[in-house]
Amino acid sequence: MEGWIALYIFMLAAFTGIEVIRRVPAILHTPLMSGSNFIHGIVVVGGMVVLGMADTTAEIIVGFIAVFLGAGNAVGGYVVTERMLEMFKSSGAKPEKKD
Amino acid sequence: MIPGIDFFVPAVYFAAAVMFIYGLKGMSSPVTARSGMIWAGVAMLLAVLVTFIHPKVEGNYLLMVIALVSASALAWWWAKVVAMTDMPQMIALYNGMGGGSAAAIAAVELLKLHSGQAQMVPTTLLVASFGAIIGSIAFSGSLIAYAKLQGWMRKSWRFPGQQVFNLLVFAATIGLGVWIFIDGPTPTLLLLFFSLALLAGVLLTVPIGGADMPVVISLYNALTGLAVGFKGYVLEIPALMIAGIVVGAAGTLLTQLMAKAMNRSLTNVLFAGFGKADEDATGAAASGEMRAIDATDAAIQMAYAEKVIIVPGYGLAVAQAQHKIWELTELLTSRGVKVTFAIHPVAGRMPGHMNVLLAEAGVPYDLIYDLEDINAQFPTTDVALVIGANDVVNPAARKDTSSPIYGMPILDVDRARNCIVVKRGQGTGFSGIENLLFFEDNTRMLYGDAQKVAQALISGIKSLG
Repeated sequence: MEGWIALYIFMLAAFTGIEVIRRVPAILHTPLMSGSNFIHGIVVVGGMVVLGMADTTAEIIVGFIAVFLGAGNAVGGYVVTERMLEMFKSSGAKPEKKD
Repeated sequence: MIPGIDFFVPAVYFAAAVMFIYGLKGMSSPVTARSGMIWAGVAMLLAVLVTFIHPKVEGNYLLMVIALVSASALAWWWAKVVAMTDMPQMIALYNGMGGGSAAAIAAVELLKLHSGQAQMVPTTLLVASFGAIIGSIAFSGSLIAYAKLQGWMRKSWRFPGQQVFNLLVFAATIGLGVWIFIDGPTPTLLLLFFSLALLAGVLLTVPIGGADMPVVISLYNALTGLAVGFKGYVLEIPALMIAGIVVGAAGTLLTQLMAKAMNRSLTNVLFAGFGKADEDATGAAASGEMRAIDATDAAIQMAYAEKVIIVPGYGLAVAQAQHKIWELTELLTSRGVKVTFAIHPVAGRMPGHMNVLLAEAGVPYDLIYDLEDINAQFPTTDVALVIGANDVVNPAARKDTSSPIYGMPILDVDRARNCIVVKRGQGTGFSGIENLLFFEDNTRMLYGDAQKVAQALISGIKSLG
């Protein structure tokens, strides 16, 4: 990949990340951390590509590990985040509990 | 090759990148957070499916499916059965897996380079090696963080010259990276390189105490993102770069916000070892005595109060007391007492940890206030009920310049008219710092497990009719 283009992508992505997070309220910090944890689970795609190219036994073993760990990151991150978000309710959602 | 595949695969990756950013943006409000996650989830699924027809993928499909299915099933099951209180270590664990995956990708790439099947321009090799180091550190560091939060490693290892030793290990790792860069990778060199990088992650994390783990996990989250971004460059998949770097930048900002909430710099968290159950720097010894109160008296005090603020900490999580606390809150509210919750940014083992637990019990999030929003209210509060929180309510942060936490923003519970502290025993907390709050004139100690105490308070209030 063209080095300068890559550098531009890095720069713009970094600013996007900062701007997106800046507005997140403190109560969502844990789901946010967990959610961004899920998103870097996209590394599983990279694992699949290297496993797909692997020829020698060593490459295949390490590639398998890459896919296994990446998939665990993605699925585990998703389920954990989903479980947390499921619980957030405002008091408007349960009016019978309030006066 | 299927015609048009060179267009189709990158197009799906592009769509996935857009959906990831859109999904993360949804996280900025509790209302849109869930739909945001669903967008990101769909993006992930599409990206994985389309990778099966990626032009570079030539074989090992069966192994790929086995790895995907077995890891997904295991991670799914584990994430479902784990208790809400254990969420921080699960995030650490899954984060570590991502870092490990990035490191493994780098290993395959470097092995390919060794066998002469792949060429790399120097920049790519540099980025690959750098990603390998970061991924390995995030992997082993996160696993140590997991073990610490899970309670498998109670001690924080420290020895003289530790920082110099760590620095040497890190320098050796970089040195090997340079060697690989100049001479090209050999299997022996690679093995040594990855072992040292993994060791660096362990050494960096081992001296850091449990109280600082939230910051550390957040940092490793950012590092994994960065490593993934680098892998995206090496493998020429821009979607990986974008997702990784967005997470890396967001994680870095989050880490800084958290360190700031503890009034410390990141270097201080990583290298000063404050949360380490310190033996030598615990601040001035407190004078006076702790006065106990029993649950019945505490119940009366709260039942006839006008305004009660509940301050939860990690002790609440340990005792799984969140449901009982909400029952207590509802009971008090029905008697006309105004009950709110105050949460310190670093209460618990993760920022927002307490919010998650209270949400689990059904506490509406508009009853929960941040430090800045509630501190002014303590002087007009009748009872501040501290449940299993310690350092975040320690007035030493305001008063005692010799205390390690001096200057840290705290919840000013000592300014409430009465303060009741629910605590399991008389010892100091996770950080080992003496808490001046316990010796204040308006403070009463209510000893016991948070859940049992909450139950006793509920019965006490009910018996008042």
